[in-house]
Amino acid sequence: MRMSRSAPAGGKPTPPRAVTPQPTETMATKEETPHAAGHRDLLDLPEEEHRDLLRQMMLYRRFEEKTAESYQMGKIGGFCHLYIGQEAVAAGGIPQLEERDHIVSAYREHAHALARGMSPETVMAELYGRVDGCSKGKGGSMHLFDRERNFMGGHAIVGAHLPIAAGVGYRIRYREEDSVVLCLFGDSVMNIGSLNESWNMAAKWGLPVVYICENNSYGMGTEIDRVAAVDELVDRACGYDGMHATAVDGMDVMAMREATDEAVRIAREEKRPSFIEARCYRYMGHSMADPAHGTYRPKDEVDEERENDPILSYLERLDDAGIVSQDEYDEMDEEVIDEVEAAAEFADESPKPDPEAVYEDIYSDAFPHGIDRRDGFRDALE
Amino acid sequence: MPSITYREALNQAHVEEMERDDSVFLMGEEVGVYDGAYKVSKGLLDHFDDSQWRVRDTPIAEYGFSGIGVGAAMAGLRPIVEFMTWNFSFLAFDQVVNSAAKMYQMSGGQYNVPVVFRAPGGAALQLGSQHSQCPDPWYSNVPGLKVVAPATPRDAKGLLKSAVRDDDPVLVIEGELLYNTKGEVPDEDDLLVPIGEAEVKREGSDATVICHSKMVLQALEAAEGVLEEHGVDVEVVDLRTLRPLDVDTVIESVKKTNRAVVVEEGWPSAGIGAQVVDDIQREAFDWLDAPVARVSGLDVPMPYARNLEKLAFPSAPYIENAIEKVCYIEDR
Repeated sequence: MRMSRSAPAGGKPTPPRAVTPQPTETMATKEETPHAAGHRDLLDLPEEEHRDLLRQMMLYRRFEEKTAESYQMGKIGGFCHLYIGQEAVAAGGIPQLEERDHIVSAYREHAHALARGMSPETVMAELYGRVDGCSKGKGGSMHLFDRERNFMGGHAIVGAHLPIAAGVGYRIRYREEDSVVLCLFGDSVMNIGSLNESWNMAAKWGLPVVYICENNSYGMGTEIDRVAAVDELVDRACGYDGMHATAVDGMDVMAMREATDEAVRIAREEKRPSFIEARCYRYMGHSMADPAHGTYRPKDEVDEERENDPILSYLERLDDAGIVSQDEYDEMDEEVIDEVEAAAEFADESPKPDPEAVYEDIYSDAFPHGIDRRDGFRDALE
Repeated sequence: MPSITYREALNQAHVEEMERDDSVFLMGEEVGVYDGAYKVSKGLLDHFDDSQWRVRDTPIAEYGFSGIGVGAAMAGLRPIVEFMTWNFSFLAFDQVVNSAAKMYQMSGGQYNVPVVFRAPGGAALQLGSQHSQCPDPWYSNVPGLKVVAPATPRDAKGLLKSAVRDDDPVLVIEGELLYNTKGEVPDEDDLLVPIGEAEVKREGSDATVICHSKMVLQALEAAEGVLEEHGVDVEVVDLRTLRPLDVDTVIESVKKTNRAVVVEEGWPSAGIGAQVVDDIQREAFDWLDAPVARVSGLDVPMPYARNLEKLAFPSAPYIENAIEKVCYIEDR
């Protein structure tokens, strides 16, 4: 089954919505945020780079649409969290990292993996639970890994990967290297104890970690305002001396890119952590298990947010600037759809893991006395 | 052969491994300036030229620094993470069980986690319920982890050194009451005790006592007691490693003596002993001359009052009783 070739859902792009950053005076380092409210320029990027970025975002969108379709067909199982609506964060924050840098992410990470250069084939095959998946089909949607690209997961316990990212930063300082770590997570993490412990040590020890909160306003079905005792999440960073903090319009790929570049520079050169609150929105449910709006947010709200689609608003700017026309966009869309369809076909044809694989990859060292010694009666299924 | 304390043996293991491999570092609460809550890391900070990166004092934040250990290990270092006591590790249970143990498998074999988590476990003296627990079965239940629990200074040093060199997460369960015990430790740089090998600490022919950590000392005492009183010659098998458990050595001994007593300091429900009894009945049922007996801590949170604490702790007399039972010796 092929996906429809209609434009991504959403109407005509409109000016930025009212979640523009409002840095307060209590911010950690009280640094000026260059990307102020309504920042919608195109920076000084070469035209080719704009085309690439737009195409990247289109790929994330079409990939996730295909993922939803495959999930509904029963080809993908388990928990599956789509990225649709948040494309500007991945595109603005990840592709410009150096090869030697590291990424540690959470469970809404399909697009993060694609942005890091992992192929749609290997990611889709992982979602399908096949041997050609990036984690050999052992991880699934929430556990994407690629050691070659320093893509370090894919972690499915909220908040658990914040100290892990700090640990990678510890190694960088320990070895006196100049790489950095990018750690992405959702707004629900802002209330978990792990955040305090990680940020405290990262700030105290000068660990080069860029923490990006993708604030899509909802931790599962709980609006962040209902559970966070702080108006502006970015203010949480003010408790950590030396931590650079900024809030940015996460629906604007250029704003996202500018903010990340600055945070990465600070981590690399000044050896201190940063926090970026990327204010964005997800158009789908928390996972494939729930609808786009459900009981916790009105459908009107989702429709309204779709007016601010990060892909279409970027396209409009590129069109206005004469960089990408609507026709070129349609052409790119055809290509991206073909790419995603090919990935799904690849995944479909990739073999399922051999039964013996169930005992593989548990230990990298010897495990004497037989790892299967107590597992009786499994012959029934073999 | 020099006789040193269990504490000194662990200290030597740290120094030797950190000197041998510059990717090894120690982190935890009070490990540096304070010289370690139990002085296991005494002098390390000074020895490594006051390098805060090699000997890292952390805030009281078990979840955070254990996660930092996992991340650093994924990135190629070999952290030794001290929890002060295993009771505090429960704040970091998620990092040990969900991060360290799962990483290699869920990454399809791409990221191994060569981290060591170490701390004393079990009761000491009147520390109350929250400071007197045996985490042994909880962690030994988890695929992806290795768990060792040395009873002697030699095993403490050799197992910690092996743990540091292991490419997977290894938990070292020490004993606060063992730190001052002395024993002979060969004076060699590369004293390695293999992970996954039990050791017969006392040879005997009439019954096998299977135990680990502090209970080895209690079992050896009980063995002398029943020998003197009844002429019963007990074999004591020290498991040393709880995961992977050396079932072969256990079965070999039980097939020789035909009687078994399984001892642990922790609670009886779903304990280490429950697993060992299962291994015995599966693999040596036809060799048994009596039902296997279990001795464990009483099934209660550890009370503070000294007399109650003694009652709850499985000391030698309990083990002697159990040996008498499997040998069908009437009450004394």
